[in-house]
Amino acid sequence: MSLDELLVTGEPLIYAGMVSIVLVTGAIIFLLTYFKKWKWLWREWLTTVDHKKIGIMYILSALAMLFRAGTDALMIRTQLAFPDMNFLNAQHYDEIFTTHGTIMIFFMAMPFLIGLMNIVVPLQIGARDFAFPYLNALSFWSFFFGAMLFNISFVIGGAPDAGWTSYTPLAGDIMSEGPGQNFYLLALQLSGIGTLATGINLMVTILKMRAPGMTLFKMPIFTWSTLITMFIIVFAFPILTVALALMTIDRIFGSHFFTLAGEGLPMMWANLFWMWGHPEVYIVILPAFGIFSEVIATFARKRLFGYSVMVWSIILIAGLSFLVWVHHFFTMGAGAFVNSVFSVTTMAIAIPTGVKIFNWLATLYKSRIRTTTAMMWALAFIPSFTIGGITGVMLGMAAADYQFHNSYFLIAHFHYVLIAGTVFGCFAGLVYWYPKMFGHKLNERIGKWSFWLFVIGFHITFLPQYFLGLDGMPRRVFHIVPEWFNLNVLSTIGAFGMGLGFAVFVYNIYYSYRYSPREQNGDPWDGRTLEWATPTPVPEYNFAVVPNVTSHDAYWDMKAKGETGYDESKVEPIHMPNSTGQPFVMSAIMFFASFALVFEWIWLAVAGLIAVLVTMGMRSFDYNEGHHISADEIKRTERSARGL
Amino acid sequence: MRHRMRHLNKWAIFGLIGLILLLSGCSELTVMDPKGPVAESQRDLILYALIFMLGIVAVVFSLFIFMVVKYRDKPNRKAEYKPELHGNKAIETIWTIVPVMIVTALSIPTISTLFDLEEPPASSNDQDPLVIHATTADWKWFFSYPEQDIETVNYLHIPTDRAIEFRLSSADSMTALWIPALGGQKYNMAGMENILYLQADETGVYQGRNSNFNGEGFAEQTFKVHAESSSDFQDWVASTQNSAPELTQEKYDSLLEPGLTDTMAFSSTHLEWVDHGTKDGMTYSIERHREAFNEQLHLKNGKDHEHGPSGKEGEQ
Repeated sequence: MSLDELLVTGEPLIYAGMVSIVLVTGAIIFLLTYFKKWKWLWREWLTTVDHKKIGIMYILSALAMLFRAGTDALMIRTQLAFPDMNFLNAQHYDEIFTTHGTIMIFFMAMPFLIGLMNIVVPLQIGARDFAFPYLNALSFWSFFFGAMLFNISFVIGGAPDAGWTSYTPLAGDIMSEGPGQNFYLLALQLSGIGTLATGINLMVTILKMRAPGMTLFKMPIFTWSTLITMFIIVFAFPILTVALALMTIDRIFGSHFFTLAGEGLPMMWANLFWMWGHPEVYIVILPAFGIFSEVIATFARKRLFGYSVMVWSIILIAGLSFLVWVHHFFTMGAGAFVNSVFSVTTMAIAIPTGVKIFNWLATLYKSRIRTTTAMMWALAFIPSFTIGGITGVMLGMAAADYQFHNSYFLIAHFHYVLIAGTVFGCFAGLVYWYPKMFGHKLNERIGKWSFWLFVIGFHITFLPQYFLGLDGMPRRVFHIVPEWFNLNVLSTIGAFGMGLGFAVFVYNIYYSYRYSPREQNGDPWDGRTLEWATPTPVPEYNFAVVPNVTSHDAYWDMKAKGETGYDESKVEPIHMPNSTGQPFVMSAIMFFASFALVFEWIWLAVAGLIAVLVTMGMRSFDYNEGHHISADEIKRTERSARGL
Repeated sequence: MRHRMRHLNKWAIFGLIGLILLLSGCSELTVMDPKGPVAESQRDLILYALIFMLGIVAVVFSLFIFMVVKYRDKPNRKAEYKPELHGNKAIETIWTIVPVMIVTALSIPTISTLFDLEEPPASSNDQDPLVIHATTADWKWFFSYPEQDIETVNYLHIPTDRAIEFRLSSADSMTALWIPALGGQKYNMAGMENILYLQADETGVYQGRNSNFNGEGFAEQTFKVHAESSSDFQDWVASTQNSAPELTQEKYDSLLEPGLTDTMAFSSTHLEWVDHGTKDGMTYSIERHREAFNEQLHLKNGKDHEHGPSGKEGEQ
């Protein structure tokens, strides 16, 4: 294979992509070398097993992916607003909406939330790290290399173009020849390893490592939503793993699971995909619900209304999420009875979700609302998500869904729930926990600018799309008829508003790094839960003394009693895990093995697989016991952090 | 207080006018302006749901605005502050039961409509449905009329006031037949057959398309539906039978090759030698055109590019 076959040629936009990749990579290498930061990068970040640093790396990666997939979105919107311009041809458009969807779900929404969980959950439950810190690092690096594998596809080999759902037979080797679809399969497989491992890791962490006194029903609500999400991950992700593996075997080794030939079952892919895919929707929304609950309670300065009902609603939603997957293909002709059953289960999800909405509203009742940026994101969620929710119920009515399916009505619906739910949630969480992560707040004034730009842009983008759907505009078309023109232009204007909002958000990160006052104590928002009991910056070991918990607003109670949670007389040496470069190296080897398999260089892939097995064997005989931080050092750290 | 009431009234009137404008605007949207009984039953279901949904929006939005305006922290705030308030059995029971009732109220018509849609529309049950096999191949439509023994490519003629029984299948990728003015869609899949009943009550030309993404030519896989009176339809059938050429297997095989095709008509159907809706017909196309699926079409947008199939429909 020659170089011009390996690289994608002939598209000016893609050449621009290549140039910018080379420039950015060059700039990073130059800066690291110029400031002599290579060692720092390796010691502090690439080899770390500290959950807080891993969380930060997750969030930075997610923001980068939000930029990438957001650029895809703006290209989609540009194409649809300028029908006479020939901005993208059909093939390029197909690739762009495929990568937009795939990256937003797998490499933006999930890592963003998992990043926040990484940072916050151990702090909320009074733990010193994850149950398996080494595995946590491995999770991050397999996600990161999976994301990189997916992202290089558009310059090397060609991007996948069968939609993020990759329905067979379209995604099979006859109709989608070449490496594009292989990139999709192997990138998701590689990052899926990380997600599944995180599922087990956080589940064990939450179940086994809570501070004394913190029974399940005294856990903060974000920790609850994380725990339930991890259960969904552990039950749902293996389905995706198997489905991806079967399609990979189909494509690379010529089996007939999902093919037309050999009596394959192409529709089985749709079933398997959505048996994972619908729970996946709740994997990315339930943690956001948890974030909103924390933010609303904190800034309403009031106990969360109906705590146990909130918890049971999450559990119920999680259970129902496994019973509704058929609503993604009501139109497959399963018959009136099957569709009736799945209609009712789908609409039933609206009941616990509706209860949650009312609980949030009731939390605001007789409260004192501080309209900080984090709270604004949480407040904007309530009405916006309601619109997404009710249109979801309408889509759940199977007989009406025959008209909504595959149309822009559907597009509008799932952007209304995923952006108003997940993205607002990620932003609310990031702004809220930012001081805990970086030792200073994000600037409020700039934050509100980005909030208003993004939220207004969001509604201008997606509200018209409901009407476009009702006017018969299908999803995934690269050109439109004149009747749909005006609303599409409106939608595109809104999309650029959102893009501007995101740019201001990123600028705010830079501005606040330069100019925001540094935090003097660890509790900038007058918080309620244990993460605010730690000093800022959070020491490596989190809690010098593990606190005793009596309610789900543990820190609020401690403050009421005048306690800080720190008692110098109780400080003992703390055992912490050592940093290690193994997870990084192991994931890098998996990356190269997967890359080889993408191009079907079988022997290179086999060599990579053997190398992975060798590193796993090495890990099995690794007797690294970690290290102890002495009591004196802890006292020194705490005294300086707490200004004692 | 009085002043504020007047303000509220003003907003209520604005809201009402807005709502009326919105709903009247809706009636111009294809799905909300049905041309047959199937689309009509779906439109009615959507409108029925919309009433509940607007009710929910009204309640949630008013509560939301009330809370945010009244309980915002500001100097000299008079509103009560109860930081420990965290439950109220009565109100929680209400907001659990009301959604249950709404879901029940939505489920009943949904289920009954679902079962109705599996049968030909009741309004035309004095005559048998007209059977049309709608088969897709990348990126075109074949409409076979077995009783009339004619076949069209990329356009469709149907009589009004008579149920049409579409038998949906695909020669290759999964697609969906969607004519929004006449009713919702169902999938066309290789190796199986789906049945979709639609009917037009008004004569006219409606837009039909494949609505399920299936690759590069997807956006062009559209067709026009000519709904005409029974006698006009019979005339059209007769003229097609007389003037259109026979469809040979050789011709059909070449049409199956992935790519775009203009409109065509034939005085025989491909069902004589293959039905892609059966297991036997599942691999017919990929056996013949395996290599052709990866030829790029290089479809472009822009002023100079025509979209959708062209050709003088119904004339040979």
